[in-house]
Amino acid sequence: MSDAVVPHRSEAHPQTSAGWFRRALDSDIVYSFRRSRLTMVAAVITLLFFLLAIFASWLAVQNPFDPAQLQLINSRIAPLWTADGQSPFLLGTDEQGRDVLSAILYGLRISLAVGVAGVVFAGALGIALGLVAGYFGGVVDSVIMRIADVQLTFPAILIALLVNGVAKSLLGNRLDEMSTFGVLIIAIGLSFWVQYARTVRGSVMVEKNKDYVAAAQLIGLPAPKIMLRHVLPNTMGPILVIATINLALAIITEATLSFLGAGMPDTMPSLGTLIRIGNNYLFAGEWWIVAFPGIALAGLILSINLLGDWLRDALNPKLR
Amino acid sequence: MTQPVLSVRNLEVEFVTRRATLRAINGVSFDIAKGEVLGVVGESGAGKSVTGLAVIGLIDPPGRISGGQIELSGTRIDHLPPEDIRRVRGKRIGMIFQDPLTSLNPLYRIGDQIIETIRTHTNLSESAARRRAIDLLAEVGIPAPEKRIDGYPHEFSGGMRQRVVIALAICAEPELIIADEPTTALDVSVQAQIIALIKRLGRDHGTAVMLVTHDMGVIAETCDRVAVMYSGRIAEIGPVQEVVRNPLHPYAKGLMGAIPTLAGEDKRLVQIPGSMPRLSAIPQGCPFNPRCAFVFDRCRVERPEPIRQGDQSVACHLFEPAEETAA
Amino acid sequence: MLAFTLRRVLQAIGVMLAVGVIAFAMFRFAGDPVSQIVSIDTSAAQRAEIRRSLGLDDPVLVQFGRYFINALQFKFGVSYQFRLPVSSLLAERLPATLELAICATLFAMIAGILMGVYSALRRDTVLAKLFQAVSLIGISLPTFLIGILLIYLFAVTLGWLPSFGRGEVVKLGWWSTGLLTASGLKALIMPAITLGLFQMTLIMRLVRAEMLEVLRTDYIRFARARGLTTRAIHFGHALKNTLVPVITVAGLQFGSVIAFSIITETVFQWPGMGLLFVQAVQNVDIPIMAAYLLMVSLIFVTINLVVDILYTVVDPRLRSTVGRAT
Repeated sequence: MSDAVVPHRSEAHPQTSAGWFRRALDSDIVYSFRRSRLTMVAAVITLLFFLLAIFASWLAVQNPFDPAQLQLINSRIAPLWTADGQSPFLLGTDEQGRDVLSAILYGLRISLAVGVAGVVFAGALGIALGLVAGYFGGVVDSVIMRIADVQLTFPAILIALLVNGVAKSLLGNRLDEMSTFGVLIIAIGLSFWVQYARTVRGSVMVEKNKDYVAAAQLIGLPAPKIMLRHVLPNTMGPILVIATINLALAIITEATLSFLGAGMPDTMPSLGTLIRIGNNYLFAGEWWIVAFPGIALAGLILSINLLGDWLRDALNPKLR
Repeated sequence: MTQPVLSVRNLEVEFVTRRATLRAINGVSFDIAKGEVLGVVGESGAGKSVTGLAVIGLIDPPGRISGGQIELSGTRIDHLPPEDIRRVRGKRIGMIFQDPLTSLNPLYRIGDQIIETIRTHTNLSESAARRRAIDLLAEVGIPAPEKRIDGYPHEFSGGMRQRVVIALAICAEPELIIADEPTTALDVSVQAQIIALIKRLGRDHGTAVMLVTHDMGVIAETCDRVAVMYSGRIAEIGPVQEVVRNPLHPYAKGLMGAIPTLAGEDKRLVQIPGSMPRLSAIPQGCPFNPRCAFVFDRCRVERPEPIRQGDQSVACHLFEPAEETAA
Repeated sequence: MLAFTLRRVLQAIGVMLAVGVIAFAMFRFAGDPVSQIVSIDTSAAQRAEIRRSLGLDDPVLVQFGRYFINALQFKFGVSYQFRLPVSSLLAERLPATLELAICATLFAMIAGILMGVYSALRRDTVLAKLFQAVSLIGISLPTFLIGILLIYLFAVTLGWLPSFGRGEVVKLGWWSTGLLTASGLKALIMPAITLGLFQMTLIMRLVRAEMLEVLRTDYIRFARARGLTTRAIHFGHALKNTLVPVITVAGLQFGSVIAFSIITETVFQWPGMGLLFVQAVQNVDIPIMAAYLLMVSLIFVTINLVVDILYTVVDPRLRSTVGRAT
């Protein structure tokens, strides 16, 4: 891409503890970050979304899911800047008098929570299976990797829907809001573990044949423990990239499931649920009920994707 | 004196990068006569290949021809509109690249590639072009051409593929063939055959040949004249026997000294100390001055122009007529 | 060649067996088939009788064998919601989904290849940059949002296109097609674009990257040195070499298109298999879910197999070396 001189890591910095920060600022990754304005904007927006989600209960004018706080007299108010707008409902209200902005803030919290937890679960599962497959090899390896191959050909959304359907069938009426939350995380985790497993397995295979593993075994040290110490740091970069891109995918998957009515219920809506609800009012001309959650979701995914793209390029100098 | 097939005068080629404009070719002049083989030698990056590409009009942005002129049989061909230079390529100038393994499109039969080229440049019908393609394959020494014409490139060995590439280069009977290191990627045993083929084709059809190589052995064996390039300039040009036996330019001397001989003389091969400067750091004056054993003050300031010495021409201040040196 | 094909077929059968086990496990263990059939006031004795008649007391392996043999004959049991054989429900919905998926793929390939070729050949033009931006947005926007946006624009605001359904359909034997009526075609436009948009951006990016890669190769440089016309080089040599991997990917993606039609069909209430599947998930209709999984897997595996074999036909280099390909 660019043939500009990449700043070489300065060796002049004194190895003091204060120099740590300066060295970090000087590194390639920070340098490429500062060069890309678009990435900085994306990072700021992503951070903003996280902050909004964390502080939702302080920022929202109401708790949109506490029926006691909703008044039907406030239903279907258009956004504030239109002729029919009313304070304090900046982005208008829906059928039940819920403030759209408050609903978005709370929904964002759920979307991000499911997304992050799903990615963490997928990562943990994938890393564990990758380690096991790579270390033991043989039958274990081929079974795990065959499953991975097959699963990779199916879209994640299909797997997530199936997991969801089976969970519903098994749990029946006991499926409340919190267990739906859990089911979604499991569904996303089971849909996205393959890439992590492949990456970690590849790294273990490389590391396994190195001399220090044999040496460690000779002097009676547990090889798995030693390898972990080497394998995990080596794969951190790629895993971070996969996790970032997967976060966007996980949020899309959750939103899609909720939109399809197989995700978060109306009583505890995520952004996807809000879009499904709002979609019903589109024909009545109440566009704001669906538009703003849609914009929030699109903005969130776009900025995470931009961040992921940049991270991939920055950590993979070959692509530069 | 008859008109040369190719006449290059003061050619300059520049590459515009964001930080600087790099001059890859700086004032190169030479002629090639009908039926003559001109060898162009020099280290990697001396500008040999770029000169060849400039002649055929394939310098891509950010590179461009920034000065001088190129004439093919008396007509200027630099700065022709793209469509006109395209008609020159392949028809009047044939080109052979270094790597025959990658020069042919893997998805097309070799016959289709030859027929396509013939029909681009002539009015032959499909079947006439096919007959001509078979003749060409026979001429470049491919056995059973009427069968092999329907083969795909991957079914041919490296040497055979280079023969196909040569057939493609000569299929419109060009006046000039530019062969850019045609044997570098081949096995040693095949190299001699390919060189012999190029030489024979040049002789049989009276084609002028510009043979770019860094193999002095090939030059000595094949060429009529030789140009020694250094840092985007011609250091010395002249008949091959003279330049090889009696090189004038200090760089050419070093280059010839680096050829092993079979005579078994117990001499060490001469090495030229240092390496060629990068394009972004060409020294002032003579570009060879930091490595030259005979360097004097003027070399560091003033760029030497080519000076005739008998049949040879050399760009070196050592050969300035005495009164001018004094001036 | 034969050994290669045979190995691929065996692999495909292995995958189908594995998916069959999962489908059977869902069918048998996720939810009790009996309680879905009977009403609340059925006595325990009757339940046991039904259990026995359904063969649920037989050893699991026998049951699996029976399920498998039935599945081979496209018998997937009875839907809990509709009380109808799943196979007839699927057969009824299949044409809608296939027509949608084929049109979406055609749209994605034609638009994607055109845009990709354009942005590779005219890299620095405004239009090429616009295509790039569109592709980033196309990858980032969830499908259902695109669908909603299109509905709002063309159905609600402009009123040009219907917002749901298939329009009028014509029966050709058991196949129902919307391609022969004006209302059917109009109804197809937005769903096909929505479904195809993601694939389109994928194909566009791939074509652009491949084309730029191909244009840098030696054989393109040599083709130029031979004096071929720009047209012959770009649209003959470069495009042909670009399209080999692109068609492979697009072909492999056809299975995903069918699976992704779940979302599009829900947005546009398109009466296809995907909508049936979503309703099945919402209503815990396990036989339909299991059958859908089997159907989609079969389509996936078949496409993979066909593409693998076709690939060797398109690329002559592979014909003599297929034995080595893994």
